[in-house]
Amino acid sequence: MAEHPMDHARRAAALPRSNRQRTPACRVRPSGIATGRSARLSLLGLVAVLTITLAGCSASTSGAAAGPSASPKGALASPTSDRPSVPALSGNVVVFAAASLTKTFTDLAHSFESAHPGVHVQLSFGGSPTLAQQIEQGAPADVFASADQAVMAQAVKAAAIAGTPQTFATNVLEIAVPVGNPGHVTSLAAFADPSLRIAVCAVQVPCGAASAKVFAVAGITPRPDTLEQDVTAVLTKVELGEVDAGLVYRTDVAVAGAKVLGIPFPQSGAAVNIYPIAQVAHAPNPAAAVAFIDYVRGPIGRQALAQAGFGSP
Amino acid sequence: MRRRQPGASGVPVILLVPALVGLAFLVIPLLGLLVRTPWSSLPGQLAAPGVRSALQLSLVSATLATAVSLVLGVPLAWVLARSRVPGRSMLRALVTVPLVLPPVVGGVALLLGLGRRGVLGQYLFSWFGISLPFSTAAVVLAEAFVAMPFLVVAVEGALRAADQRYEQAAATLGADRWTTFRRVTVPMVAPGIVSGAVLCWARALGEFGATITFAGNFPGRTQTVPLAVYLALQTDPQAAIVLSLLMLSVSVLVLVGLRGRWAGGLA
Repeated sequence: MAEHPMDHARRAAALPRSNRQRTPACRVRPSGIATGRSARLSLLGLVAVLTITLAGCSASTSGAAAGPSASPKGALASPTSDRPSVPALSGNVVVFAAASLTKTFTDLAHSFESAHPGVHVQLSFGGSPTLAQQIEQGAPADVFASADQAVMAQAVKAAAIAGTPQTFATNVLEIAVPVGNPGHVTSLAAFADPSLRIAVCAVQVPCGAASAKVFAVAGITPRPDTLEQDVTAVLTKVELGEVDAGLVYRTDVAVAGAKVLGIPFPQSGAAVNIYPIAQVAHAPNPAAAVAFIDYVRGPIGRQALAQAGFGSP
Repeated sequence: MRRRQPGASGVPVILLVPALVGLAFLVIPLLGLLVRTPWSSLPGQLAAPGVRSALQLSLVSATLATAVSLVLGVPLAWVLARSRVPGRSMLRALVTVPLVLPPVVGGVALLLGLGRRGVLGQYLFSWFGISLPFSTAAVVLAEAFVAMPFLVVAVEGALRAADQRYEQAAATLGADRWTTFRRVTVPMVAPGIVSGAVLCWARALGEFGATITFAGNFPGRTQTVPLAVYLALQTDPQAAIVLSLLMLSVSVLVLVGLRGRWAGGLA
C-alpha cells in the first residue's frame, strides 16, 4: 500500500518548485537539516531558524558525492576528511531519506561519522516519491531510505537500486490527544462520538487512507470535524488543544514530546507502514553505502529507531 | 505640449513591450489550465457531489468576509488617513502584517488568538460555549483576516488623495463629523472603496492557507473550492483542474460584472 507517515511528497508537490529543488544534499555537520518538514515547522514559528539552516545548505553537484579517490569538493568542505582515516572507508556517503526519518538519521549520521572518521555523511530529506524521482533522474545518492514500499518497488523497477531493499523499520497509527486528555479518550471508539472534536487526515492522502483502513477493521464510523491535508496538520491541531483527538503516526507522537499524549490501539496493526532501505545503483561510494545500511539495521540503528517510535521490521 | 504618440493605439513602445510581457506572464499559466482542461468529462466533473456546496460556500464566505472587511476596514482606513492618533505608522504596519504573513501562519495565529484555547477564544468558549475553529464562521474570519488589509490599503490611499477642503466646507456649513463622513467623504472615495472591496473579495475567494489551518476542511461546512482543489490534486488532478476552472470563471464573471455596474470607467 502506498502509505507513508509523513506524506511529504504530496506536500512538496504543493510547494513552489524552487523549494523542492533546494532539498538535495545538505551537509550534516555545518548546519543541520532542512527538509520538507521545515514547511510544517513554520507552523510553529520555527521558520526563521530553519530558513537560516536552509541557506546553509546548497544543492550539491555531482562532484559532491565523489568517491574515495578524488574528492575535491568533499575535502574542501569537510574538515574531517582531511584527517588520516581508517583505510576501509572514506569520502562522502550521500543518504536520501524519507522526511519522517529526519531526527533519527541525523543522529545516526553523526554517530556513524564518529565510528568511521574518514567518512562524511550527507543527508537529504524529502517525501519518498520525490527522492525516488531524483534518484531515478541520476541524483548522486549512495543510499535510499523510503517510508513506502511501493515507492521503493518503483525505484527497483526503474533500475535505480542495487541489490534487494531491506526492511529496517515500521510505523503504525496512534491516537493523539492534548495534554490532560480533555475529551477522556481511551480508544478508537471515541472517534465516533459527535460531542468530541476530532481531526483525521483526508482519505485522499496516505495517512487518511491508513486511518480509513483501521476504522474499517474496527467497525467504527468516525465523526471528524475536519479532514486535514496531512498528518502534521492533525498533530498541530492536537498540540494546540483545538481537537480532543486526532489520528497520527506513532513517530509523530514521539516527535511532539510532552505536548501530546499518545494512545495505542489494537486495530493499528491493520495499517502498518514498512520502511525499506537500499543501496542506489551506480552509487559513487558503494563501500560506505553498504556500511551505512548495515549501521542503520544494526544494534545502534535499531535502538535509535525504537527511541523515535519506529517498530522492528 | 502634447507629444505625438507613436502607433495607432497611442501607447509608446517603451511601455508597450513590458506591458505585453507582463500580460503574457499573467495569462500563460491560465492558458495552461485551459489547455489541460478535460472538456469531454467536464459536465460529469462539475456534477460531482460536493462541487456545488464547495462553490456555494466559497461565494457566501468570501462575500461575508468582504462585508466584515467593509464594516471594520473603512473606519480603520479613515483612522489611518485622517486621525492624529500617535503611532499611526506603527498601526499602518500592523494592518499590513497579514499581507506579508504566510497564510498558514496566519491560520495558526488565528487559532492561538481565537481558538478554543486561544488568548481570547478560551473566554468565548468558557463563558459562551462558542468554539470558532472548524465552523463556517471560522472560514469567514480567516478570509477576512487575510483579505481586509487589501481594502484598508486601497481606501486609505483614496482618502489621502481626496481633497479635504470639501470636508472642511461641509463642516463650515454646519455638518457634524458623522454627517460629513457619510455625505461627503464616503461618496468622494467611493471608487476606492469599491476597488478595495473587489480586491478583498477576490483575495478571500482564493484563500487557502489560513482557512485550512483555522477552519479545517469539512465538506459542506468549511471546505471551500481552493481546499477542494488541493485535495483533488492528491488523487485526481483532472478534477482539480475542473474545479480551478470553475472558480476562475465565476470570479471573472463577478469581477467583470462589478466593474461594469459599479466601477465602470474608473478602473
